[in-house]
Amino acid sequence: MALKKVKGNFERMFDKNLTDLVRGIRNNKDNEAKYISQCIEEIKQELRQDNINVKCNAVAKLTYIQMLGYDISWAGFNIIEVMSSSRFTCKRIGYLAASQCFHPDSELLMLTTNMIRKDLNSQNQYDAGVALSGLSCFISPDLSRDLANDIMTLMSSTKPYLRMKAVLMMYKVFLRYPEALRPAFPKLKEKLEDPDPGVQSAAVNVICELARKNPKNYLPLAPIFFKLMTTSTNNWMLIKIIKLFASLTTIEPALGRKLTQPLIEIISSTSAMSLLYECINTVIAVLISISSGMPNHSASIQLCVQKLRILIEDSDQNLKYLGLLAMSKILKTHPKSVQSHKDLILACLDDKDESIRLRALDLLYGMVSKKNLMEIVKRLLGHMERAEGSAYRDELLYKVIEICSQSSYLYVTNFEWYLTVLVELIQLEAGSKHGRLIAEQLLDVAIRVPVVRQFAVNEMTNLLDTFVVSAQSNSMYEVLYAAAWIVGEFSSELEDAEKTLNILLRPRQLPGHIQGVYVQNVIKLFARLATTCLELQDVPGILRVCDHVLDKLQHFNGSSDIEVQERANSACILIEMLRAQFTSANSTTTTLAETLEANVDMLHVEDENKGEQEQSTVDGIHTANIPTLAIEIVQEMTLLFAGELIPVAPKAQRKVPLPDGLDLDEWINPPPPEDASSSSSEHDKDELFVSSTYGHVDGEGNGSGTGAGKRRQSLELTPEQLERQRMARLIEQSNNPHYLKSSPAATAAGSSNNSNADQYDNIDDIPITELPLDMEGVAALRVGVTKRSDKYLLQEQEHQQQLKAAHSSRGSKDSKKKHKKTKKSKKSKNKVAYNSSSESEEEPKPLHIVNTTLDMPEGVTMSDSEDKDGKYDPNDPHRALDIELDIADFDGPTTKSKETSRKNLKAAEDTATAATTTTTAAVTTTSSSGKKEKKKDKGKGREREKTREHRTRKAHKTHDLIDTNSPNKTIETTTTTATTPQQGVNNNNNNSTNNTSTNQHKKKKKEKSEKGDKGREKSAHKSTIVEPLMDVDVDMDMLQQLTDNAIELPATKKKHKKDKSQHKEKKHASKSQQPKGESSLLDDYEQPLGISTPSKEIF
Amino acid sequence: MIKAILVFNNHGKPRLSKFYQYFDESLQQQIIKETFQLVSKRDDNVCNFLEGGSLIGGSDYKLIYRHYATLYFVFCVDSSESELGILDLIQVFVETLDKCFENVCELDLIFHADAVHHILSELVMGGMVLQTNMTDIMSRIEEQNKLVKQEAGISAAPARAVSAVKSMNIPQQIKDIKLPAIKDLKF
Repeated sequence: MALKKVKGNFERMFDKNLTDLVRGIRNNKDNEAKYISQCIEEIKQELRQDNINVKCNAVAKLTYIQMLGYDISWAGFNIIEVMSSSRFTCKRIGYLAASQCFHPDSELLMLTTNMIRKDLNSQNQYDAGVALSGLSCFISPDLSRDLANDIMTLMSSTKPYLRMKAVLMMYKVFLRYPEALRPAFPKLKEKLEDPDPGVQSAAVNVICELARKNPKNYLPLAPIFFKLMTTSTNNWMLIKIIKLFASLTTIEPALGRKLTQPLIEIISSTSAMSLLYECINTVIAVLISISSGMPNHSASIQLCVQKLRILIEDSDQNLKYLGLLAMSKILKTHPKSVQSHKDLILACLDDKDESIRLRALDLLYGMVSKKNLMEIVKRLLGHMERAEGSAYRDELLYKVIEICSQSSYLYVTNFEWYLTVLVELIQLEAGSKHGRLIAEQLLDVAIRVPVVRQFAVNEMTNLLDTFVVSAQSNSMYEVLYAAAWIVGEFSSELEDAEKTLNILLRPRQLPGHIQGVYVQNVIKLFARLATTCLELQDVPGILRVCDHVLDKLQHFNGSSDIEVQERANSACILIEMLRAQFTSANSTTTTLAETLEANVDMLHVEDENKGEQEQSTVDGIHTANIPTLAIEIVQEMTLLFAGELIPVAPKAQRKVPLPDGLDLDEWINPPPPEDASSSSSEHDKDELFVSSTYGHVDGEGNGSGTGAGKRRQSLELTPEQLERQRMARLIEQSNNPHYLKSSPAATAAGSSNNSNADQYDNIDDIPITELPLDMEGVAALRVGVTKRSDKYLLQEQEHQQQLKAAHSSRGSKDSKKKHKKTKKSKKSKNKVAYNSSSESEEEPKPLHIVNTTLDMPEGVTMSDSEDKDGKYDPNDPHRALDIELDIADFDGPTTKSKETSRKNLKAAEDTATAATTTTTAAVTTTSSSGKKEKKKDKGKGREREKTREHRTRKAHKTHDLIDTNSPNKTIETTTTTATTPQQGVNNNNNNSTNNTSTNQHKKKKKEKSEKGDKGREKSAHKSTIVEPLMDVDVDMDMLQQLTDNAIELPATKKKHKKDKSQHKEKKHASKSQQPKGESSLLDDYEQPLGISTPSKEIF
Repeated sequence: MIKAILVFNNHGKPRLSKFYQYFDESLQQQIIKETFQLVSKRDDNVCNFLEGGSLIGGSDYKLIYRHYATLYFVFCVDSSESELGILDLIQVFVETLDKCFENVCELDLIFHADAVHHILSELVMGGMVLQTNMTDIMSRIEEQNKLVKQEAGISAAPARAVSAVKSMNIPQQIKDIKLPAIKDLKF
């Protein structure tokens, strides 16, 4: 038997082990897949052997292969075999393989329950440890249920290593088996006060994770955490606790009041950046949760913002990023305090780091004002030109639009500028996915800012003319939709409507929905042109236009889109009808010059008064040249598009009350009985339609919907019907709650917008906004500038300059110089601060005014969303963990400790009050504690000082843990082909950190901080500040020594060289055994990671 | 919570992948690829945070990475972790590797992927940070290694001998013997 075993061992000796496998893969670079499949075959062979060591080796290889992306779940059973081995070596390999390839749904897991239980209860703590580590990766609900008790027992093991792992494991158990939470919680809470710091930290970690999702259940634990926060020296744990408090304060603002003071103490005392940052974050959360009523509320915000400024100004990009991130949180509630750091944030826009630029962009939202908007947008446009990567460009584009359009274009003073910017955004061809967004903006501006319409139609005509639909799959062509609609709808503003019409009629390859809009607006333009021609008695003109349109519409007739076909056909027929009138008129009557002249008179009359005109046309004498019917057709066509559209709020639907007796669940048409004739059902429909128009009961259609429907229908109607419908529409409009009626006072100014409006009796129906007609800019528009939007900026700057000059003579020269500079050199602009002149300066007056009226039901705000819980994840396991825990029972010990131990009196009192504030009504405690609290704070302060002393002492001990060996670890930079400059810097850092053993920091704290600042500025050491995980106050010492040691550096370097050469030899010896295949890559792979040097990062 | 820990080299070859949430193998490879593309195009002097890719995470998740010579160490974490804390954890991880392998370089990670996993399991367990104290971590690892050595004992001696011979790689050694160039030889 034994002999057989030895023989087996001997045979297997020549199996590939993991190293052989890796080497083999590296030697078969060209046909890696083939080699691996060959290896997998071998592994399958090996797995059939009885020898557990062989299997173990095979499983180890499989784990490596898994990392390369191969499925190894077929070996699941063998993995379990290896896991069940009694030897730790095999067990560890088995559990590793299991943790890599098993998952909670693996069916094999049910085989493992007893084996894992055995391992958990093993005498050897590492057996249990390995089992816990593995289990944490693949635990299933069944395993959780079956093993919960065993893991809970381990939580009170005598070995801290197991306690720690078991505590963390419990979190995974809770997630899969929520029922375990209630029984396990008392024990978990106990672990918060475990003598071992690791276990304590693990317990904090677990409770933080639990409380993050369901904070309210863990509120009663606040006193314990408060105590931990004020006494602990473990930065890692402190961070977790502070993060936890941030989530607790959101539901209990009273806690926040208690927290601010200690947090601010930590902020001003700690030097660990990570801790500082989390403190600031929590203070922000606290300040957000308590809206007002804090005595030094603004002071603490100020402190936070100042500290964040320091972070942002730091040369370390990580701190900069985090600073901006935290700023964005403050921005939401305290925009004022962030705005004072505008300069800094704007400077970050030019940062080379994309992550930072994106963060700064987020903040921009709150940074803009009427004054600097143009400048900022200009900068962003510049970025867009330079930026590579469409994702970033898209983001920029989105931000430009966001900051311009926020709160109904509050900061846009000149809409011609804004339209120009939009057109430039289109022309940048960013491969953008935001085409539709731009289109919406164009439409919105054109509709809501009537004054800018003339400018808009001209811009849009140009855009339609020049826009090239690129083959790329971007959505920018969507802007054509907006452009076509704008030129059609506001055709009265066009200078040369015929030109625009021709542009629209050009055959182009466009998506169906845009072609549809094209056709529709061709009709609008045609109606417009026909009206003008009639006014001018230009019959040949009409005929020419008719023919041209008819000809070109054929192209749309052949469209593959059914909607386009339909519209084009209707349009054709309509125009043909008109055309037919002329041809018939021409054939029967002769043209007379006298009648022509008479007609002119008549038509003028027609314009002024419609009723009279109709009378006169009926007379018939003057229709010799232009047939009556033709005039009527043209008039009706124009009427189709008369009236103005106003924006409708997204929730306008709510404004419509449900009419009495309307049951939405009822059948609109009862399901047809079998014998019902078709005619009766048609009749039903008719009735429904009529009643909906007259009684305006239509629950569905808002203004535009019904309007469009009617336009379509009217194409086939006789003039009488049209007239009737028009009347119906007028009645409907006057009654329709959707249709905005402007005050009569406003009518006078806007009447020019719509000449047809004169024909209506009730002009009041047409919503008009009064607008200041300040069109100075238009004259300058014709100048062709490459960056057209810049011109507006210059204008504004000049304007401001004039203002300034008028206001005060002093300093005017400087500003002139500045402005000249900006005009001349584009590059230098980047350095020019955005209108950094004082805030007191007047804001530029808006050139255009936005029509902000929206149809909105009462009691509805734009911001409240319909689906608030959109983010709510139904699969979130934490939902099941929302369990009320009766923690109050366990508060006993903490309050008792107050009575028993006199030394901890102050701290305990503190916790007690915190407990009461959280559990009982907050009002009474806060009011009564006024004076007492001050005393307490003093006492607490003293105690804190003590603890800090203690902490620093400890910190010095722990500090060395990471860094003591650093000199020996310094890596042989000479052997490597490419050494990063970072390494060089890090070496310096090592030298300096070695010597951090002095203890004088207490005496000269202030001095040090000054020196520390100096140290920061010395660029060589700037990024190399080291803070080990556990210390709090050491940093300043180190900084001091950084400066002190700057001189000693050369000496220590020599020593390092010695070390280095030693390492070199050693390394050489060890690596020379590598086979040839690797040698080519060797240099690269052998390159040390440069970690021996502590990070530049701060902790 | 940490969702995944990835180590890959400058060419995107995975050296260690640890997912604390289940993804099938092909998706894992995609994630590694995507992460590599995101991380590799960033300069060394930019910040170490990255809003996550599309495959892993979502808005709540961040990629926090460090670049050491030829290797990227990337942690994918959610908002409950402190950004700077994780950066430091990466540092602790790499320093621990450095101690265990004595001047760690990429080759160590290539040939001892299993050992790297064992070391990592002393720092992070099931996506939660277990231990951040280097001495504690080192003592745990050493104790476990001792255990393995004990178990190996005599029975593994022949196997070890063979593997030693294998790794001696005689052909390479012969090639490595440097004879003086002929012109240097003096007769």
